[in-house]
Parts: sequence; C-alpha cells; structure tokens
Amino acid sequence: MTFVRKHAVLLSLVVVLAIAPFLFYPVLVMKVLCFALFACAFNLLLGYTGLLSFGHAAYFGAGAYTTGYAMTAWATTPELGLLFGVVTAALLGAVFGGLAIRRQGIYFAMITLALAQMLYFFCLQAPFTGGEDGLQGVPRGKLFGLIDLGNDDVMYVFVSLVFLGGFWLIDRIIRSPFGQVLKSIRENEDRALSLGYDVDRYKLVAFVLSSALAGLAGATKTLTFGFATLTDVFWGTSGEVVLMTLVGGVGTVLGPVIGAVVIIVLQNELADKVGSWVLVILGAIFVVNVLLFRKGIVGEITARFNRT
Amino acid sequence: MSEVGITLDSLLGQLLLGLVNGSFYAMLSLGLAVIFGLLNIVNFAHGALYMMGAYFAWIGLTYFGIGYWWSLLIAPSFVAVFGMVIERSLLQWLYKLDHLYGLLLTFGVSLIIEGTYRYFFGVSGQPYPVPELLSGSTDLGFMSLPNYRGWVVIASLAVCLSTWFVIERTRLGAYLRAATENPQLTQAFGINVPLLVMLTYGFGAALAAFAGVLAAPVIQITPLMGNNLIVIVFAVVVIGGMGSILGAVATGLALGVIEGLTKVFYPEASSTVVFVIMALVLLVRPAGLFGREK
Repeated sequence: MTFVRKHAVLLSLVVVLAIAPFLFYPVLVMKVLCFALFACAFNLLLGYTGLLSFGHAAYFGAGAYTTGYAMTAWATTPELGLLFGVVTAALLGAVFGGLAIRRQGIYFAMITLALAQMLYFFCLQAPFTGGEDGLQGVPRGKLFGLIDLGNDDVMYVFVSLVFLGGFWLIDRIIRSPFGQVLKSIRENEDRALSLGYDVDRYKLVAFVLSSALAGLAGATKTLTFGFATLTDVFWGTSGEVVLMTLVGGVGTVLGPVIGAVVIIVLQNELADKVGSWVLVILGAIFVVNVLLFRKGIVGEITARFNRT
Repeated sequence: MSEVGITLDSLLGQLLLGLVNGSFYAMLSLGLAVIFGLLNIVNFAHGALYMMGAYFAWIGLTYFGIGYWWSLLIAPSFVAVFGMVIERSLLQWLYKLDHLYGLLLTFGVSLIIEGTYRYFFGVSGQPYPVPELLSGSTDLGFMSLPNYRGWVVIASLAVCLSTWFVIERTRLGAYLRAATENPQLTQAFGINVPLLVMLTYGFGAALAAFAGVLAAPVIQITPLMGNNLIVIVFAVVVIGGMGSILGAVATGLALGVIEGLTKVFYPEASSTVVFVIMALVLLVRPAGLFGREK
C-alpha cells in the first residue's frame, strides 16, 4: 500500500491516460501531454527554484527542431531523434542558463527572454531550419526500428509513456535532497549560500534539467505532429507555458498538468470561433490570475483543503 | 571600397538608420527605466503602448483627418490616460508583491492590447505618410539626409534630454527621486506618492506613444510591432542597466548604431547582434554597463 500512497498522483495519471483516448480526440490528448510535460519542466524552475525563465520556448523549440532535423535529414529512429533533441536543448540550457544566472530576479527573466529571441532569429535565418515554413513532414519512424509509430494508437501509448517518465523524473528530482536545496534557494537564496551551498551551481543544474525536459516535450511534439515551426521558439509560446503553470498552480506537482489541459483545450475550442480574441482571453486570464488567483487551481484547492 | 560591396553612401545611410532605431530604443528603455525606478515593475506592456501610439496616428489620419503634428501631441496624451487607468485599476495592487508579478501582469495586458488591435486591424502593415514639412532630403555634400530621419533623431534626443533635465534638475524630479529611494519617508513629508506613481506610469506610457508616432512614417504599422520591439529593448536595458537615465539613452543609441553597422558588414547577424552583445556584457560586467543592482 505504501507504494500506492507514494505514487498516488502518478498512478491516477496512468488511469486518466488510459481512459482519456476513449473520451477525447487522441491527437488533442497527445498535444496536451506534450505541453503538460513542457509546463512541468518549466515549473521545476519557477515553482521549485524560484527562477522565472521567460524564454523557455527556446529549449522546447531546440528539441523540436533538432529532432525534426535528425528524423528528416539523417533518418534516425525516433528514440535517437528524441535523444538528439534532448541533448541539444540541455546544451543550449547550459549556455543560456549559465549566462542568465549571472543576474537575479527581473533581469533573469529579461535575459532568458532576449536569449530565446536570439534563437528565434537564428531559426528564421539558418539554412537548415526551413525559415518561415519550419520543418514539415517529419516522419514518426519505427521505435527501435521495430514498432511503427505511424499508427495513432501506438503513438498515443508512446507519448503517454514519455510524459509519465518525464513527470516521474521531475517528481523524483523535487523529492530528492537536491530538490530540497532548490527549494531552500527559492525561499532564501542568501541563507542557502551562507549554509555553504554553491547556489549558482544548483541553479545551473536545475536550469539544464528543466531545459532538457522542455526539449523532450518539444521533440515529442515534433514526432506527434510531424512539424517544427517558428511558433515553437516564439516568445508567445514562452508566455503560454508561464500561463499554464500559473493557472494550474506554481510550485505544485499537478498544477502545470491541469493548467496545460485548461489552456490547450481553451485554445482548441476557441481558435475557430473567436480568432484574435484568443489572445485577449489569454491576456485576461493572465491578469485575473496575477491579481486574484496567484496560487492557481491546484494551489487554491490544496489551500482550502488544508484549512478545513 | 566598392569591390567589397560597401560604399560610403550605404555605410552612412545604415549608420543613420541605426541612429533612428537607436532613438526608439533610447526612448523606450528610458520609459522602462523611469517606470521601474518608481513602480518596481518591468513594464512588458511598453511595446504595446508604443504600438498604440503609432495606431493613434494612423487612425487619426485615416478616419478623422488629424495630421502628424497634432497626433504627436494627442496620441501620447490618450495613451498616458490609458496608462494611468491601467496603473490605478491593475498595477497598484502589485507593489507589495514580488517584481515578477508585475512582469506577468503587464505581459497579460500587452496580450490584451495586441489581440484587440489584431481583431480590428488584422496583421498586415499599414503605411503612414511622411509629413509634408519633412518630406524630401537635404544634401549634406557627402550624403543625402532624408529630413524625416534627421527629425526623428533630433526629436527623440530632445525628449530624452528634457526627461533627464526634469528628473535630475527640477523640484518635481527631486520628489520623484525621493519617492524612488524611499516611498514611505517621502509620503511622510506630505508628498502624494500614489499620485506621483500614477503620473510616472502615465508619463512612461506617453513616452512610448510618442516614440510610436515618430516611428509611424518609417515603419509598417502592425499590431505586432510593439511586442517584437520590446524584447530587443529588454536586451538594451539588460546591457545598460536601469539605474541611470543618460546611461539608458546612450546605450539605446549606441546599440542602434551597432545594429546599423552590422547590417552593412554582416547583414545575417543584424537581428541578433544586440542579443550577442548582451551575452558578452553579462560575461564581462554582469551588472550592466551603467547598472547598480536594486
């Protein structure tokens, strides 16, 4: 029973994922899963280390583009393609993160945003990223050369496993002694420093882990939909992942997942009906969230639960 | 020089263009610095306010026949009022919270503004004519100077320097600096700090809108123009630091010029050069060129 209790969240996610494709369009669920993983990776930084990266689309996009390129140009198997994507995102995270952690607070956010925009222009101009069109028609390939991911049902299982793996890893990181140090940095950086922790190194490792997982999310998105476009590296995507985390609940394990469900479903439902108003609605959610609802959905529920 | 494809004419032309862009960077980063100084908020909506200024000019001319010169006056006033409404209704609740919430809230505001303009005006660019008085160009002997571009540089420099003068050399500026340093104590001396805060945000918004009207004749007016620019201005602010007004202005101008020069010598890098410089500055002088950590 202790196993069940310890992994209650993970196990309930498994159950939900097993039922979901019968109730919803599986491709939509896969999209939600990719963005949920992205938001969880982002939350590792904002929620557990206290670092607001406003350019997380860079790592999502780096994963998306690299995997897309590897699958098309080198015709690699999907697991290798994902690996390339994750490694590229992690390396990029090491470079950008290394620069950004030299400043704190609001400057950190501005630096990550600016660096991500640099990658955006790079993807716009580089000879191998397809410019305005991005990379189109990326094949899903055969997993380990055996399992054909072309089938949507098989792909669904694969994306679910990737998501659950990523989610488990993040949960594991948060609960580890390393995660405790991250939280102490979030609460009081100076005190963590005075206790002898090399704060900058912890921040950098957290940043690299977060970018690697964001890269995994982007890479999986490319495999699922068969394209990587400029939207993946655009600052709007960075904003969306902030919003998902904020809506769901910053610093909660399940919050980013709930937030991703809310935002993606909302976009999906509204895109055809209201056009540009989607942007206005997202902006309004941002405003309401910051003013009235800072704990997010999961955060508010937990707070209410604890009170009674 | 012609064998490498760079003529003196194109060099000077790009240099001027860089100076024009630099003027916009300077005005916007100045507004960001003034707002951040007093409100402790990094105003993400600054780009959207700049875009609103440009649209005011365009709407005024297209639908109401309001000319350029009147727009230069009216648009900043309207946007200033809009800004003050935003400050009173939304921003004022955030001053006690972490700075990050200010960034997130103004990001949301910028999305609302951009989305609204996209709904009404689409994403295609609108042209705006150069005012008659400033059309044509002056022959300086070594190059021909388009009058309007010269005007942009002069006007923005004048605005930036007057801002500096007001803040550093007048009584009102002294109040402002006092409130930046210690709002409680300033309030205790009988100065209405919340009013000062509201006016400051309004002024920052007006500055952004003024830049927007100035920019209208030299760019394509689209709802996206503001948010695309603001990211570059953030990089400018990181490079210069937000501690010094003249520092912000100088950094803005210098980066515009560097960008212009990059267009001549290595055009592929012209859109990324500001970010590269930001990265280099972070390596060498993490606090920024004129920065002091707040």
